[in-house]
Amino acid sequence: MTGIVLDIVEKRFPAAAGAPAAPIYRDFRLDVAPFSFLVLLAPSGSGKTTLLNMIAGLDRDFAGRIGFEPAAGGAFGPEGPRIAYAFQNPRLLPWRRVLDNVALPLGGGEAAREAALAMLREVGLEEQAGAYPERLSLGQQRRVALARAFVLDPDVLLMDEPFVSLDEAGAARLRDLLRRLLARRPTTVVFVTHDSREAVELGTRLVRLDGAPARIVADIPVTLSAEDRCSPAMVEALRRQVVGHGSSADRS
Amino acid sequence: MTFLRIGTATAGASRPAAARSGLAGAAATAISLVLLVLAWQVVAMFVASPLLPGPPEVAAALVRASADFALPRNILITLGRVAASFFVAMVVGAAVGVALGRSKGLDRVFGPWLIVLLNLPALVVIILCYVWFGLTEVAAITAVAVNKIPNVAVTLREGAVALSRDLDEMAQVYRFGPLRTLRHVVLPQLAPFFAAAARSGLALTWKIVLVVELLGRSNGVGFELQTAFQLFDVATVLAYALAFTLVVQLIELTILQPWERRASRWRR
Repeated sequence: MTGIVLDIVEKRFPAAAGAPAAPIYRDFRLDVAPFSFLVLLAPSGSGKTTLLNMIAGLDRDFAGRIGFEPAAGGAFGPEGPRIAYAFQNPRLLPWRRVLDNVALPLGGGEAAREAALAMLREVGLEEQAGAYPERLSLGQQRRVALARAFVLDPDVLLMDEPFVSLDEAGAARLRDLLRRLLARRPTTVVFVTHDSREAVELGTRLVRLDGAPARIVADIPVTLSAEDRCSPAMVEALRRQVVGHGSSADRS
Repeated sequence: MTFLRIGTATAGASRPAAARSGLAGAAATAISLVLLVLAWQVVAMFVASPLLPGPPEVAAALVRASADFALPRNILITLGRVAASFFVAMVVGAAVGVALGRSKGLDRVFGPWLIVLLNLPALVVIILCYVWFGLTEVAAITAVAVNKIPNVAVTLREGAVALSRDLDEMAQVYRFGPLRTLRHVVLPQLAPFFAAAARSGLALTWKIVLVVELLGRSNGVGFELQTAFQLFDVATVLAYALAFTLVVQLIELTILQPWERRASRWRR
């Protein structure tokens, strides 16, 4: 729906105890095409989450600009693009029931609750609508977080390693769910991970960052079909190719 | 030499774990209270002085004081003062505490004031309020509230410091706005701190209210206690004390505790 233009003149980590302020981005430019699924691959501690927070508007302490362009013929509301963010932790409100957690981004009224219930049905958690989040498994909590993100019908979806700390089968089910949700509600996705297999399986474009300040060391389009993505052999073949492009230090 | 280790447990002596259920607990409390009344009666009989009346005399005083509805009326008047000052203290204290918890700068400037206020004796505050504002209802309620505000503020400051940044960011991304953020994100996190402040607040407030009434009001439980004190009417003092304590305990059991349970039912 939306294209994103990142044009960061400079972003520094504030000086922490002992360490001086270090630039993590300098003259960094990245264009994200509308409806693309961009996967950012980078070593940990290189500022991937910071980049997502900057796009989300949570971190405004940088020089440069981040522009959002509506799809042809479209326009944003007065508040700008609708942004959804699936954090590394689900970040649900433990004192609100699952249904209310999903309904609150829409305002929490009766119409919002109905939309939220329909969304929970889509992620297969209709029966848990009345439960409190802490009674759910981590995989279920992550599905609630996905429902909360998609119920907005977002222009931009930011995802920060949303499937980390799940077992492989659980992560695969969630990746499958994410693909189904995206097929019904196409949107521009920026997805951060350090798992190159996950990156190949989901993304339409892989961008690998490295160094400090971070540079783009590889920018690879992924042109796998939907069937190819379900085939572990095809995914693995492309993954080897991608890993070869980047730094040799990658072990994932 | 052989060393023998002999177990002391007797077979079958282990009690079922659920023996002390709610009912058994209530029975134990009742027995304990009956024992207290009995002990009181024994001591009163032993002392045999009008300065330590036994339970029957106090019960008679209770009936006498209730005959013209003086006792329930005075208890209601005092409860009204407790409620008003409690409410003012909770609102003002919470606002101050949250502000200090959210802003390090404010806390550096005003944090020490809280410590001074916390250590100011209640009696000093009461006297100053009566001197400055006259022997009025407003002065009385202000005096009680000022005594309680620093307590609430310190508790709520802790709560505000512990507010989750993660959830705050979530609310920001999903555009909750200030009102929805307050209601669904901030207040539920502060609820346990409110409960702690309310619980200790009620205990502190109702005790100070009696002193305030004794010093500068012409009705309420505190005033009646003073009158009885001047007549050395210990039976009436004890009658009022018992009745009022009972009412406060009932409030704690029927209002505060159920609310606390409701506010924490999401916990696993």
